[in-house]
Amino acid sequence: MKQSLINYIFQLADNKLILGQRLSEWCGHAPELEIDIALTNIALDLIGQSRNLYSYAAELEGKGRTEDDMAYLRDCEAYRNVLLAEQPNEDFAYTIARQFFFDVYNHLFHKELVNSKDEQLAAIAEKSLKEINYHIRFSSEWVIRLGDGTEVSHAKMQTAVDDLWDYIGEMTTMNETDRLMLAEGVGVDLNKIRTAYFHKVKEILAEATLNIPEEEPFQKGGKDGLHSEHLGHLLTELQWMQRAYPGAQW
Amino acid sequence: MDNHNNIHSLEAKFEAKIDSEIKIEPKDWMPESYRKTLIRQISQHAHSEVVGMLPEGNWILRAPSLRRKVALLAKVQDEAGHGLYLYSAAETLGISREELYQQLLTGKAKYSSIFNYPTLSWADIGAIGWLVDGAAIMNQVMLTRTSYGPYARAMVRICKEESFHQRQGYEILISLSRGNAEQKKMLQDAMDRWWWPALMMFGPHDSASTHSEQSIKWKIKRKSNDELRQDFIDATVLQANYLGVNIPDPKLKWNEERGHYDFGDIDWEEFWNVVNGNGPCNKQRIKDRKKAYEGGEWVREAAMAHAEKRAKRKEEKVA
Repeated sequence: MKQSLINYIFQLADNKLILGQRLSEWCGHAPELEIDIALTNIALDLIGQSRNLYSYAAELEGKGRTEDDMAYLRDCEAYRNVLLAEQPNEDFAYTIARQFFFDVYNHLFHKELVNSKDEQLAAIAEKSLKEINYHIRFSSEWVIRLGDGTEVSHAKMQTAVDDLWDYIGEMTTMNETDRLMLAEGVGVDLNKIRTAYFHKVKEILAEATLNIPEEEPFQKGGKDGLHSEHLGHLLTELQWMQRAYPGAQW
Repeated sequence: MDNHNNIHSLEAKFEAKIDSEIKIEPKDWMPESYRKTLIRQISQHAHSEVVGMLPEGNWILRAPSLRRKVALLAKVQDEAGHGLYLYSAAETLGISREELYQQLLTGKAKYSSIFNYPTLSWADIGAIGWLVDGAAIMNQVMLTRTSYGPYARAMVRICKEESFHQRQGYEILISLSRGNAEQKKMLQDAMDRWWWPALMMFGPHDSASTHSEQSIKWKIKRKSNDELRQDFIDATVLQANYLGVNIPDPKLKWNEERGHYDFGDIDWEEFWNVVNGNGPCNKQRIKDRKKAYEGGEWVREAAMAHAEKRAKRKEEKVA
């Protein structure tokens, strides 16, 4: 039970850290200052949420490890984030599509997680939900703006949606850890939020005048530690200092 | 009253305000050269904030702990915010942010040369906070009392955040000073590279500074470059001693008589070289800013197009 709970927490925390790291790549390079500030805000929220979760996992584990050990000293196969989170920024349209697909899930998920029997998780969820409300507003608005903007922005947004569509099913697909945690009353029933997820996604894409891909999203594996090639590079950069100077305090 | 007298009385009124410490506000009459000087100075300051995001941003992805990562992200974000207030303050003088930004991208406008130096190790992030923000604060505290109202008010807010950044930078260095041999080496190396460029941030000697005299008369500046530089050195030496780092200036010595530290000669050739575009990162910084600007053009256009569509739909609905 304890190990499953820790795995479950990693699923949540790793999504946030990895996506937060991706968003941080924009810092100083966004299309305008206001967007730069907004993307950094979301990155700060997500990384902040991951820190709460890592600390909780470390506490449960009881081996004296810290949030930084969790983030900096686990390799790819120990990371439990969904594949969507690790996909590269490519351009602003991709970044927005990835954020939107994630935010819709994250919002529905946290609305359920606040009812978790695990009080600590419920409290973290409650606090995170306020921030996620802002994230989903930001990303939905930009999907609509870019989809229903110029011809160029529409085409870029459509490409991003088509390419990332393949990764969105994993978020609402239960794995073994999800099933165990649901049975304990700790985790969220992903089958319950799946319909609402696709409903919301399609509603916003339609408003953005974008085509909704027809195929079934296929890619999965991240939640069980089977990742795309991108994660290794992301971790190389994220973990470099801790790997190069083992044991140093910063 | 003929035109000549009219201008004279406006000028007299303007100068009377300056003399009696009344802030000049956007709608007040002001000499054209006062306006130009302010636009140049405020926009240079704004550009420095947004270019300054780049060398520090260079370490966000590699920050050595989550706590440091979050602090650095928030710091760089603050700089974007400072850029925004300052562009807004400049806009009150009758020029658009877009025009100012074009001046940056085409090289017509300058920004602080310090950001043309590279950040090569994590210690540089601490050194920038401590020395670069520390030097900037000397200047900015003075500017909270500058004669132009919107600039002075922007500066009050900026100063609060900057002093937080400076403490944060110093704290990074304290951790290094208590760390292992590699960390201590990293710290000294950063000190060796950032000390002199930080002193150059105050600009040329008073005798060689073209804009200074008039700016002091108009109370845009209240202290000269050399006075500010001396204040900075006097305040920083003790902090360096506490860190146990060596200041790379063999001539640095307390002068009892002056009540200040004496210090060695600044390499003005290097200073002008960097100002004139030959620093280690001048080209890279502008290239990065251009890339972000040009790469974001389609996004800004889409936002405009969408807003227009929305407004039109609303209009049609009402009709």
